[in-house]
Amino acid sequence: MTDICSLSLTALCHALQTKQVSAEEAAQACLTRIEATEPAVDALLLVDAQAALAHARELDAAGPDPAQPLWGVPVTVKDALCTRGMVTTAASRILEGFTPFYDAFAVRRLREAGAIILGKANMDEFAMGSGTENSAYKKTRNPWDSTKTPGGSSGGSAASVAAGQCFASLGTDTGGSIRQPASFCGCVGLKPTYGRVSRYGLIAYGSSLDQIGPLTRTVEDCARMLAVIAGHDARDNTSAPCPVEDYPAALAALSGDRPLQGLKLGLPREFFGQGLAQEVRDVCEAAIQQAASLGAEIVEVSLPHTDAAIATYYIIAMAEASSNLARFDGVRYGRRAPDVKNLEELYVLSRSQGFGQEVKRRIMLGAYVLSSGYYDAYYRKAAQVRRIIRDEYLSALQQCDLLCAPVSPVTAWPLGSHSTDPLEAYLMDAYTLSLNLAGLPGLSLPVGLGADSRMPVGLQLMGPAFGEARLLAVAHALECALPALGSPAL
Amino acid sequence: MADNTSLGPEAVAHMAALSRLVVNREEEALFARQFADILGYMDVLSKVDTSHTEPLFSPVLHEGITREDTAHNRRSHEQVLGNAPDADGQYFIVPRIV
Repeated sequence: MTDICSLSLTALCHALQTKQVSAEEAAQACLTRIEATEPAVDALLLVDAQAALAHARELDAAGPDPAQPLWGVPVTVKDALCTRGMVTTAASRILEGFTPFYDAFAVRRLREAGAIILGKANMDEFAMGSGTENSAYKKTRNPWDSTKTPGGSSGGSAASVAAGQCFASLGTDTGGSIRQPASFCGCVGLKPTYGRVSRYGLIAYGSSLDQIGPLTRTVEDCARMLAVIAGHDARDNTSAPCPVEDYPAALAALSGDRPLQGLKLGLPREFFGQGLAQEVRDVCEAAIQQAASLGAEIVEVSLPHTDAAIATYYIIAMAEASSNLARFDGVRYGRRAPDVKNLEELYVLSRSQGFGQEVKRRIMLGAYVLSSGYYDAYYRKAAQVRRIIRDEYLSALQQCDLLCAPVSPVTAWPLGSHSTDPLEAYLMDAYTLSLNLAGLPGLSLPVGLGADSRMPVGLQLMGPAFGEARLLAVAHALECALPALGSPAL
Repeated sequence: MADNTSLGPEAVAHMAALSRLVVNREEEALFARQFADILGYMDVLSKVDTSHTEPLFSPVLHEGITREDTAHNRRSHEQVLGNAPDADGQYFIVPRIV
């Protein structure tokens, strides 16, 4: 048997179901890999080796179950998702030691499918950041170059997948937090349509933007993960009551020499303008050329209000964050400040001691844009521009089947680059966040290494609501035609 | 849009109070500068004509689904109080209010 950790999730599933590999061997291989690579990447906040091995042995005793699509597959989960009996902090001091007594819907689905949860992945505190440097506990490093960021906020998830510590990870994407780290670490990352995956048990940041999705090493792996976590859940009122497609089967729909024949790919011209690094442009254009040679027709489209999307997004995200994070008050769970004189002081000091600086910044700005005298000028205005941006996406998708653009204007930046200027960091999310405003699905596909940085570049495919099957099928066809990125040398 | 150039320490203290947070002197000065930059940048929205546009607060496409308003007893006291910083087995304990 080759190195277990170098297999794709799909290949591992086959090996497990045919008993070429036992669940315990798979879990042990991942735990050994975690031990070897964690000093370099620091991707995980918690590893529960004992529970993982116990679960694996239980599975082995019962034998492979074809009805469980992830039977024996070791995975990690972003620390924003509640895991029963496993500490869940959202990388914040205010939730230090918090142990949920229930699983998030997506986590429960993973367990029911037979997956083994190895541990919790690092992230920016409450998912507020694009580099996993805002974690209160540790800074995760990029497996391709440990002096660089893995991206964020699901940077721990992306790094753990790229480093071969697990076969898939669950992340969350509020403004690009799955797609951008997937791009920076050379993984596949999917932000599903808003409502496709239940947010029950997700520690909320921006409730009208947040969506849970998989990070994997291949598109097929991603399709398998989405098939497990997608579906309606009555406990999340925004969860969509529409049927789940057979995503792994959908990949076979596009085959032959010209699998993309008849497909129209739209390039939003605003995503290829100033600010896009030449090495990212070159790699993306080569991949688009490849799509054309597979039969796709390439057309130019326009999303005219792209320049207003960053301001729109941050006003809405901060407003929702200030409301969502009001629940952390030191009373029912989480950190409580010691030696307080009264209830008001308990709230204020618990929050002030428990939240990091970026979280405070966003809560305060959020409270401001919602406050009397400013609500119309900021929050309501942003909600109006949001409709314009959403309508422009829908109109662009009338002119083509899928949109195609870089995930990020640059490859992974050196750690600490944006630590003193938050606005500079916000501007880096320009190509990802408008999709969350529109609530549409987007997939980041690794398409090559930048010529200068030798770091991974991701191409973003974006589609209509609940169009994940086609998104995955097109990404799969392109992935098969492009040279493999390889793995980071760790 | 508001006049952001005048964002001073008092405005930051007001924002902190709205947020049930306290900030120290150092943070107050830092945030005043950063907030002026960020809110100044948000001004880009004032150039967008929204006079005939309804706000979009959520991208949800389906109608809200209602369910019977019935109480369920799914969680035990032990579970609910398990993460409390201070509890007595029945209630959360907080500093005296009245």
